[in-house]
Amino acid sequence: MKPPAFDYAAPETIAEAVQLLAAHPGEAKLIAGGQSLMPMLNFRLLDPALLVDISRARGLDDIKTNANGVMVGAGVRHHALMRSNDVAQRLPIIAHTMQYVAHMAIRNRGTIGGSLAHGDPAAELPLLAVLLDADLHITGPAGDRTARAADFFLAPLTTDLGEDEILTAVAFANQPTDGGWGFEEIARRSGDFALAGAGAVLTIQHGVIADVRLAMMGVDETPRRLPGVEAMLLGRAWDANARATVTRQVRELINPMSDLQASADYRRHLAGVVAGRALDTAWNRAQPQ
Amino acid sequence: MIAKRPLSLTVNGRDYQRDVEPRRLLTDLLREDLGLTGTHVGCEHGVCGACTVLLDGASARACLCLAVQADGREITTVEGMGDIGALSLLQEKFKKHHALQCGFCTPGMLATAHEILADGAPLADADIREALSGNLCRCTGYEHIVRAVSEALAESISGRVQPNAG
Repeated sequence: MKPPAFDYAAPETIAEAVQLLAAHPGEAKLIAGGQSLMPMLNFRLLDPALLVDISRARGLDDIKTNANGVMVGAGVRHHALMRSNDVAQRLPIIAHTMQYVAHMAIRNRGTIGGSLAHGDPAAELPLLAVLLDADLHITGPAGDRTARAADFFLAPLTTDLGEDEILTAVAFANQPTDGGWGFEEIARRSGDFALAGAGAVLTIQHGVIADVRLAMMGVDETPRRLPGVEAMLLGRAWDANARATVTRQVRELINPMSDLQASADYRRHLAGVVAGRALDTAWNRAQPQ
Repeated sequence: MIAKRPLSLTVNGRDYQRDVEPRRLLTDLLREDLGLTGTHVGCEHGVCGACTVLLDGASARACLCLAVQADGREITTVEGMGDIGALSLLQEKFKKHHALQCGFCTPGMLATAHEILADGAPLADADIREALSGNLCRCTGYEHIVRAVSEALAESISGRVQPNAG
């Protein structure tokens, strides 16, 4: 269909955008790339009085690096993050995982901040933010604040972001250079939202796992790490026993939904599969040369 | 009543000025206001790829872009990608390999393929399939489309023929 009628503003600064949001409580929506919002408007799932377009606002589209990691502006397009040499060198899991995000034309327009603020539980960016313990930089009428990704995603399409707040950047810390990483997802067709996905990062010392994170997507209300599974893996080698335990525990710990794409049981099955594969890859990549 | 906004953009090398409602989709601007009906409208929520155009040279869904967001931008539609008397390299290859049947998906396929050629990286057929995966064809013509894009890409890279649009 066509979107409902709305008014439109395209401020050139984030400060102006915050003012516009604050002046229209409950009635305004932010738009940037529009790759999630426009379908919702075309379906008339939303009926905002005002769209505040921040795609022309200054200062949102840089990828900055420093000693600690990479700071990605909220307005950076998926395509730019996927092709960034700095990101590929420091955080190869991000460069790799971005290829699973929708299709080329969507990645050309969709923004990193938009994906995070949209908070789809089956989307890759929220999973990466949770897995890599990213900091989300937020600005609003009360000033700037930082939220941990683990505290940011509250429910499907629901985040900690206030109606008058704007996500301005996401900061990813460098990962250990001797660490391994893996990302796996299963979707019905290339570019579809994943039925289940898993990301893993780990380091090995003296032949056993010294540090590990495992996060799942598409199989719960939000992307989430599985601390119990991580704790079980510490001090162990990644062998057939560990793999079988992970597969079983993952299936016990998640709460997948049934929908037209897949049943909860099938998602539960897939979650164990992708978790095992993500850890396989992470373990192999982390092996000492 | 929400006021219309002045809009100025370049489509296929020609400058246009129009006043549009903020909710006007780029697809409707192109088709209804500018008369460029080569851009097709399928699902209107970003899934089918029929409305794919080039926005500042990069492929984009025209149904997921507000016309006001295209203010000051450069758009290329299928009307700007060669014509009947002078087919582009991609159009030649689509013709040679029977890469269209009903033609509904073709404008979007061509826009995506133009970006693949403009990018210039050599791609295996599996990568071409991946790059085209955002464009649905319901005549089951994918095999032929991949063949056409693959040959056009190879010739474009080898420099024998330059892509003449995009």
